[in-house]
Order: sequence, then structure tokens, then C-alpha cells
Amino acid sequence: MTQVLHTPPPTPVTAEDDLAALAARYGLSVSGARPSLPEYVRQLWERRHFITAFATAKLTAQYAQAKLGQIWQVMTPLLNAAVYYFIFGVLLGTKRHVPDYIPFLVTGVFIWTFTQSSIMAGTRAISGNLGLVRALHFPRAALPISFAIQQLQQLLFSMAALVVILLCFGIPLSVSWLLAIPALALQFTFNTGVALVMARMGAKTPDIAQLMPFILRTWMYVSGVMWSITKLTKGDHLPHWVTIALETNPAAVYIDLMRYALIKSFHSSQLPPHVWAAATGWALVAGVGGFIYFWKAEETYGRG
Amino acid sequence: MAENVNDTRIPTVVADSVDIIYRVHGTGAGRGSATAALNRMVRRKQAEKAAGTRLVHAVKNVSFVAYKGEAIGLIGTNGSGKSTLLKAVAGLLPVENGAIYTDGQPSLLGVNAALMGDLTGEKNVYLGGLAMGMSREEIKERYQDIVDFSGINEKGDFITLPMRTYSSGMGARLRFSIAAAKDHDVLLIDEALATGDAAFRRRSEERIRELREHAGTVFLVSHNNASIRDTCERVLWLERGVLRMDGPTEDVLAEYEAFTGDKSAKPKQAAGPKVPQPS
Repeated sequence: MTQVLHTPPPTPVTAEDDLAALAARYGLSVSGARPSLPEYVRQLWERRHFITAFATAKLTAQYAQAKLGQIWQVMTPLLNAAVYYFIFGVLLGTKRHVPDYIPFLVTGVFIWTFTQSSIMAGTRAISGNLGLVRALHFPRAALPISFAIQQLQQLLFSMAALVVILLCFGIPLSVSWLLAIPALALQFTFNTGVALVMARMGAKTPDIAQLMPFILRTWMYVSGVMWSITKLTKGDHLPHWVTIALETNPAAVYIDLMRYALIKSFHSSQLPPHVWAAATGWALVAGVGGFIYFWKAEETYGRG
Repeated sequence: MAENVNDTRIPTVVADSVDIIYRVHGTGAGRGSATAALNRMVRRKQAEKAAGTRLVHAVKNVSFVAYKGEAIGLIGTNGSGKSTLLKAVAGLLPVENGAIYTDGQPSLLGVNAALMGDLTGEKNVYLGGLAMGMSREEIKERYQDIVDFSGINEKGDFITLPMRTYSSGMGARLRFSIAAAKDHDVLLIDEALATGDAAFRRRSEERIRELREHAGTVFLVSHNNASIRDTCERVLWLERGVLRMDGPTEDVLAEYEAFTGDKSAKPKQAAGPKVPQPS
């Protein structure tokens, strides 16, 4: 079957004039086509061990070269909180208006950091792992999801530190702490969804990764991480829509839910209205919407 | 396997007039200019030319049919589109025109990108295996084989050290061992045979032969004509993105060696039509 395909190819062996028909006859499928949504979910489920192993590997590799090693998992968020305490609590005097300010602040910082780093990691999930995407076959959503899981694992380290801090500041252990679990589950779903959206955008336009820190910092300052939103919205010096916007901001919702769960002096009156509905709504919209949005461009990832 | 009877041959990969074009940003006139970059982001299509996007036509109108049980070599001078074609077969690069049909999911032999230097060799075996789609049980089963094959532990307990501490040869051997641990329907190998010392190279050629027996079809990209001769019975010769020749290894390699060795000797023959032999 020697043939030189320089000129229009001769047709000696097979029905080369209709290769598509030949492929169809033997049931071959188009290489690199996007699977259907249910099929995609199934493939993703098959790779669940890879997703978790990749997350854990990234987490352990993160501080592998540091002398103190994994201690930094706890030290980094604590140092972060210490800086905010110094600036906002001491210098700007926010702590005078908020009871249990240190638990209030540390919870806020940890919960915010979870969302922030999930989104940052999501933005670079595809664009920062092109080698992996170009070499191996797996549903690409595995990457942003894996990064979100890595941040969840990181948060669990922080939460352990948080429990110690809470107890040190005389916050009693209570049944309401169990509310932290559904709150975290909802926040994780929300984070993953946004990470998926950002992963698609970041894959198309890597420049977004440069822009994100500024957007995220603005978001942090309006989310009541180091000050109390209820204090600000009290009275009616703010237009109504601003109050609504501040209160339904997903980051603020998740932060307040966690404070409500953990800190006794943080009363349900300080929660925005319909807070669980808002938390669930944000999780569903971001989670489902983000997943579908990401899947829509599945076949384009990693391509120049 | 040209001598197979026609109706028992089952196609596993069909490439139907495939064109592959790379778009390279930031060349020519628009380079470095912020306005050009903005322009490019806002008006993708219209601005492609103006912003200095260059089109590189890497593979031009390539058609072939690969059958079950075949080992096919891909040869050609540097930059002729071999690796690009391989990635497209694996479904990792989009085709501009035409289509590639495959039986199951072809896999590139290589897990380098999934491995992390800060992790121990042991953890990397698991991570790489999972990345290739193996289950934990499968990896556990083959773990010892992988480590033995790589020969990492021949000089001490290295598998429990971070991979960044390995010499480049050791790293390459472990990577190949992980990648070769899985059986594939359609296996694509991009010059993987050139890693490690002579003893390891012999072992990996052996392993490739085994993989071939399990795999439906093997594609091998290599500049080493000897390993092509050893492994493949059919060769596709790509030159500047064009499929120049497709036939039994000896015939194509003879032409290719004439082409690369002494360009003036017989370029006529390479371009001229040959008598097709019925198979």
C-alpha cells in the first residue's frame, strides 16, 4: 500500500474518497469533541480521586521548601489577621464598636480568604496549567474544582486555629457551631462556581489574572470583613438599594453566617433578612451556572 | 500490517483532510503596543491582521487511515508538524478543516506536566497514574512494577525522596515508567525512547513493544530512524505540514534518508507518483 500523497491521492486501498463514511461505519467518534453535560458529569465523577489527590498534592507542595513546613498552613492566615487587627482594630478603632472584635475579625478574614483565594486560583486554573491541559485528557473542570478543594483544605487548617482563638477569648462552645458545616458547604459551592467562571475567562484572556487582585480587594472592603455592616446600615443615611446590595453581597452573607454560627454575641438580628435563602441561592446560581458556563467551552481549553 | 486481508482490518484512527492552524499573538506590527492589545481583545476577528496575529499553517490537508494492530512512525525534519498532528489525534488541538475520528480516547504517552517536583517519587506515581485515569487500586497493583521498571531504587531508597532531588536521567526514567504503566487503545509516543542510559533505553523499547501488543494502534514520533525501524511497520512522512509519503517503513525511510542525507540525489523520486500496491 505504498503511495505518495503529494498529488491528489490515488484511491487504491480503502474508500478514501469518503473517510467520514468509513469512520461512521466503524463507529469512530470525532477526537476532542465536547461531551454532553451528563456525560461530562460522569467523566468528572470518574476522575474524583485525581481531583482530590491533585488538591492535596498542591497543598503539601506549597510549603515543602519552607523550613517550618506545614506550620505555615496555620501561620499565614493568623499573620494576615494580625495585620488587619493592627490596622483596623487598633489604628482605626473599629474594635470599640464591635463586641468580641478579635473573633469577629478573624472569622471574617478566614472566611473571606477562602472565597478570595478560590477565585484567584480559579482564574489561573487553566492558564497556569497549560502543560497539563495540553498533555493529558481529563474533564478540564477538574482543575478549577481541584483548586477550590485545595482552598477548602487550607480553610480547615485555619478553622482549627480559629477554634483555639475562639476558646481563648472566652467564646463558649455551643450547638450553633454545627451551623458552620452547612454554611461552609454553601460557600464552597459558591466559590467553586465562581472559580469555574473565572477559569474560563482567564483561559481566554490571561490578563484578567492581573486585574483580579484589585477587584477582589474592593470586594473585600465592602464585604464587612473588618467592620460591621449592621453598624453602617443603621439609620437611614444610606439609600435603600445600597443597604440591600451590601446585605445580599454573597461574601458578606457567608461571613455573617459563620459569625452567627460561632460567636455568641453576634445575634440573629445582625443577620440580613432571609440569610439562608440568600446563601443557598448564591450557591445554586454560581455552582450550576458556573459549571455549565465552563463546560460550554470545554473543547477550547489549552488551545492557542 | 499491509499483508492483512482487507475486510479484517478495523480502522482505529481516521484523519480526513486535516488542516491545523496556530494563531500566534504579538508578532509584527502590533507587538508591545497597549492599544494594539486592547484592540485585539475588543475586536478579535477584524483586528487579527492589524494587531499582528500570525497564522501558522502547521498541518496541511493530511488524510490517512490507521488500523488496529499497526505501529506507525511519524517522521519529518524539525518543525514539519509531527507533534502537532499527534496532539490533534489525541484531541488536544483543534483542527481548522476536516476531522479526525478515533476509536476510544487516544492518549499521549507522557505525564510530566502532572508531576510535582516537591512531592516524593511515590506520591508522584499515584498522582501521575490518577491523572492518566487509572484507579487507585490499579496503581496500587502496578506500583511495585513501576518502581522496579524505573530502576530508581537500584541505588538506594530514592522513591521516598522529593522528585526535585533526582538527577535529570532518574526523573526521566520515573516519568517514562509512570506513563508506560497504563494500557491504551491508541497510544501516541513523542520521542519518549530517547531517555535514560542504554540499559534503560533497551528496557523501554521492550516496554513499548508490550504496549503495542495491548494497544490497538501505536503512533511514534522520532528522529531516530533505528527505533522507527525496530518498532514500526508503516511510516508517515510529513514535510512542511504536508503528508509526503505513506507506506511500509523501509520504502519511506529509504526516501527520507535520501532526502535528508543528500537533497540533490533524488528529490524527483520523492515527489513523483509510485505504483500503488494492492494490500
